[in-house]
Amino acid sequence: METQIGLRVDGTRHTVRIDTRETLLDVLRERLGNTSPKKGCDHGQCGACTVLLDGRRVTTCLALAVSHDGAELTTAAGLASGAQLHPVQQAFVTHDAFQCGYCTPGQVCSAVGMLDEASRGWPSACTEPGELVRLSDAEIAERMSGNLCRCGAYVNIVAAIRQAAVDADAPDTP
Amino acid sequence: MKPFRYDRATSPAAAVAAVAADPQASYLAGGTNLVDHLRLGLTEPGLLVDVGGLPLHEIEELPDGGLRIGAGVANSDLAADRRVRERYPVLSVALLSGASGQLRNLATTGGNLLQRTRCGYFQDVTEPCNKRAPGSGCAALGGWNRYHAILGASSHCIAVHPSDLAVALTALDARVRVLGVDGERAIPIDDFYRLPGDEPQRDTVLEHGDLITAVDLPPLPVARNSGYRKVRDRASYAFALVSVAAAIRIEDGTVADVRIALGGVAHRPWRAHTAEQALHGAPSTVEGYAAAAARELSAADPLPGNAFKVPLARSVLTSVLTQLAEEAR
Ligand SMILES: Cc1cc2nc3c(=O)[nH]c(=O)nc-3n(C[C@H](O)[C@H](O)[C@H](O)COP(=O)(O)OP(=O)(O)OC[C@H]3O[C@@H](n4cnc5c(N)ncnc54)[C@H](O)[C@@H]3O)c2cc1C
Ligand code: SF4
Ligand code: FES
Ligand code: FES
Repeated sequence: METQIGLRVDGTRHTVRIDTRETLLDVLRERLGNTSPKKGCDHGQCGACTVLLDGRRVTTCLALAVSHDGAELTTAAGLASGAQLHPVQQAFVTHDAFQCGYCTPGQVCSAVGMLDEASRGWPSACTEPGELVRLSDAEIAERMSGNLCRCGAYVNIVAAIRQAAVDADAPDTP
Repeated sequence: MKPFRYDRATSPAAAVAAVAADPQASYLAGGTNLVDHLRLGLTEPGLLVDVGGLPLHEIEELPDGGLRIGAGVANSDLAADRRVRERYPVLSVALLSGASGQLRNLATTGGNLLQRTRCGYFQDVTEPCNKRAPGSGCAALGGWNRYHAILGASSHCIAVHPSDLAVALTALDARVRVLGVDGERAIPIDDFYRLPGDEPQRDTVLEHGDLITAVDLPPLPVARNSGYRKVRDRASYAFALVSVAAAIRIEDGTVADVRIALGGVAHRPWRAHTAEQALHGAPSTVEGYAAAAARELSAADPLPGNAFKVPLARSVLTSVLTQLAEEAR
C-alpha cells in the first residue's frame, strides 16, 4: 500500500511517498539517499543501521517507516556541526576505532545514544542494582553489545567511547 | 514481503474492533519481532493495526501498592524506572539482559510478551514446523536442538519461549490485562502461556483480537531482594540457554518466602513450584537450595542436543538462590 509520511532527517524536512512495507532504513537509503546507516543483517542483529530516533538510538531495519510519521532522525551524517566532527566521531578517528568502516556510522550513533542513556542514570545488565553508573570498559562493552564489528575493532571502539565519555564529563550520578 | 494495509488505532477499543473483525489482521507495536517475521514470510497479515499511538505508555502506582505497566512502555524505559529498580530489581535486570540498547528502545511490554520462539526451524519456511504450519512435523526433534526445551515439551514441539521479561514477570505473579471483544480481563501470567501439547501454534491463551493493555505487578516485598541470571553462548546480545528469576526472604535462618521462574527450558516461562514448595520454611543452606533445584529438574526430559541444560539449570538455580539468600542477611 502506498502512503505519504513526513520525516525530519539531520535537520531537513522531507515529505516522502512510501510503500507500507518499507523500513526507516530503506526510506533513508533508497528514498532520501542518506547511505550513512548501513544494512548489515536486516534482522536487528548487527546494529549497522542504528540512528537516533527522537533522540534515542534505534535499529532502523525493523522499524516500519509508516509507523514513524513525523519523526525526527539523526544519522551519523548529521552529527557534525559544519566541519567540526561530533566529539564521538572525533574520538573514533583519534583512537583508530575502525578498519573497513562499515559498522562505524551505527557504532557512532549508538555511542551517542548510549552516553545520553548513561548520563540519565540508566543501568545496564552489568550495573549492580542500587549502584551509580560508571562507564567502565565492561559497562561500555555491555551497553554497546548491539553493535557488531566484523573487523573486530572493539578494543579501540571501547577506548574511543571511554574518551568521549570523559570529555563529555558524563555525569556519573543517576 | 506481501503487501498489507496499515491502520493507526485511535483507541484500544477501536484497535480491538479492527483486528477482531479481520482474521488476517495483526497488531503492530515496535515491530522488532513482527517486521522480522514479515520479511521471513512466517506470517502474512493483510492489515497491520499500529498500537503505538494508544495511551498505553505509562507506569502507574496501583492503590494496593503494586505497579501497572502500560503495554506500550518501551523495554528500556521500564528497565530504567526507579520504582521498578527498587521494588522489582529482577524485572529491570531481566529486561537489560535481553536484546540490545537499540532494540529495547523500540520493543514494548506487549510485544515482548508476544514475541515468538527463536527456534531456527520455525524461522525457516522451508522446514517442517508444527508451530508455524500445524501438522507439518517438527524439524527440531531430530535436528539441532541445543536451545530447546527440557521441561514440558511434547512430541509436536520442543520450542522454548524467548522472552526474559516474561520469566521475571512469572516469578513476580504478574497479571496480564487484556481487552477483547467481550471487554477487559486480567490473566495471571502463570495461566497466560501454554505448554505445546498438540497445539504448538498457540503460545498463549489469547484469542485473535485480544489486545494486551497493561501488566499489573502485585505489591511484593520479597521482590526487593530479587535477581535474574542468564546463561548464554556469548556474554551479551544472545538468547538464554538457561535463565533464572528469583526472589527470596530469609527469617531466622529459614526461607520465609521464595519465588522462582526458569527461562530457556520450556515452551513457557517455567514457574518452579516444586522447588518453591521444598524450600518454604526450610533452613537456608546451600545443600537445601541444591536439593530443591534437583527436585525441580527431576522432571526434565532432555534430548541429546540439550541434556547439558539439566545440570546447568540445577547449578544456576542453586547459585542464584544461595547468592540472594546471602544478600538477604
Ligand atoms: C537481534 C535480537 C535479539 C533479541 N534478543 C532478545 C533477548 O535476548 N531476550 C528477549 O527477551 N528478547 C529478545 N529479542 C526480542 C525482542 O525483545 C522483541 O522483538 C520485542 O520485545 C518485541 O516487542 P515489539 O514491541 O517490537 O513487538 P512487535 O514486533 O511489534 O510485535 C510482536 C508481536 O506482539 C503482538 N503485539 C504487540 N503489541 C501487542 C499488544 N499490545 N497486544 C496484543 N498483541 C501485541 C504483535 O502483533 C506481534 O505478533 C531480540 C530481538 C532481536 C531482533
Ligand atoms: S520445536 Fe516447535 S517451533 Fe521448532 S520446529 Fe519443532 S514445532 Fe517448530
Ligand atoms: S541492519 Fe539493522 S541491525 Fe543489522
Ligand atoms: S570496522 Fe569493519 S565492521 Fe567494524
